[in-house]
Amino acid sequence: MLYKDYYEILGVPRAASAEEIKRAYRRLARKYHPDVSKEADAAEKFKDIAEAYQTLKDSEKRAAFDQLGQPRSGEQFRPPPDWQARYRDAPSAFEDMDLADLFAGLQGGRFRAGRASANIPVDGQDYEVSVPISLADAYHGTQVNLDLNLPEYDAQGVPHRTPYTFAARIPKGASDGQRLRVPGKGGKGLNGGHDGDLYLNISLRPHHLFRVAAHDVYLDLPLAPWEAALGTSVELPTPDGPVRLKIQPGTSSGRQLRLPGRGLPRPQGGAGDLFAIVQIVMPAALNERQRELFKQLDASSEFNPRAHYQQEVGHASRTH
Amino acid sequence: MRVELTEVQWLNVRQELPLHEFVRRSGLTEADLRYLVESGVLAPLDPQAPAWSFSADCLPLARTAGRLRRDLDLDGSGLAVALTLIERIEELETRVRELDVRLLREFPSG
Repeated sequence: MLYKDYYEILGVPRAASAEEIKRAYRRLARKYHPDVSKEADAAEKFKDIAEAYQTLKDSEKRAAFDQLGQPRSGEQFRPPPDWQARYRDAPSAFEDMDLADLFAGLQGGRFRAGRASANIPVDGQDYEVSVPISLADAYHGTQVNLDLNLPEYDAQGVPHRTPYTFAARIPKGASDGQRLRVPGKGGKGLNGGHDGDLYLNISLRPHHLFRVAAHDVYLDLPLAPWEAALGTSVELPTPDGPVRLKIQPGTSSGRQLRLPGRGLPRPQGGAGDLFAIVQIVMPAALNERQRELFKQLDASSEFNPRAHYQQEVGHASRTH
Repeated sequence: MRVELTEVQWLNVRQELPLHEFVRRSGLTEADLRYLVESGVLAPLDPQAPAWSFSADCLPLARTAGRLRRDLDLDGSGLAVALTLIERIEELETRVRELDVRLLREFPSG
């Protein structure tokens, strides 16, 4: 069993009063609660904070925790023999046990031999896992392997954390921020209680070409100035394979070319759109002949891209 | 180690959960849920129906409510305010993401 120093997690001295412990929990919970916090690893931190508070807020559990001594945090340990003697029905096998599960079972000077002995139905816990998938996975669907540590109960009814792997089929059409439910794959219900569910929070891994908003996919389309001026036909990569795209003559930078139905598939059918955003890109250097051609273009054109500035400039010059 | 293939369920398709199941899956009490419905944060499919049922896509928000109530000791009105703000932040984050993907990236020229 891994030792965790609950006092250290809450940032309070071992002699802290119940009131100080509660205050520390409230402060940390506000800061790290995963539903309100934007801190990195908030979920992991809050899990420890909640676990520490569950034990330290209860005077009996706190006393039992204090009597474990002070092994170093993160170290494997067994409770001392006199500790096991003091608490009736304390489990004797501590391997794969979670410190939180040990204290959850302590009540009225004895361990309730886990939750299995009490003859009331207990629902299994729900679990949430984040599942990063690639854009290609979202287009075509995929299968992911999920690794979970779920409590399994031994003959005494003591929970042991058991690594559990199962595969889930993610249908095509999953998008960023979507949640999927895997019914009955959370913690096992006891005495007729419902099995918990597993919730998958889908996130899309960033792609070097494509950017995604809901089911629409965006892609930058760089064009040379002469391609934009004269029009062309380009091969455009899409997550579903390349397509041929015709560029009209006189296409300006920033223009969005929409390819209907080429975005992410939607779970109910249909698909979002793909947008290619035109960007006119200059070559880093021009050779003599190219510079000459641009000079001719400059001399022959009356186009003023800043015509709409005229009014402002005219106004400014009058006031001076 | 056992590996089995499982099908998942969408939370955003039309699936109805009766009140008692919605309460159980969200971790809210029925009283809290009724308060959140009165506050307009959550809505049953048919508020006039004698027995309420909820759409499965409300479940993530209701589960957030259940966690906030359990972990932060929020009462009904605290929950209603927190959920309204959380929803607003999510909308804004979606909007920021949408605008961000429309922005042109810097291209190295040449």
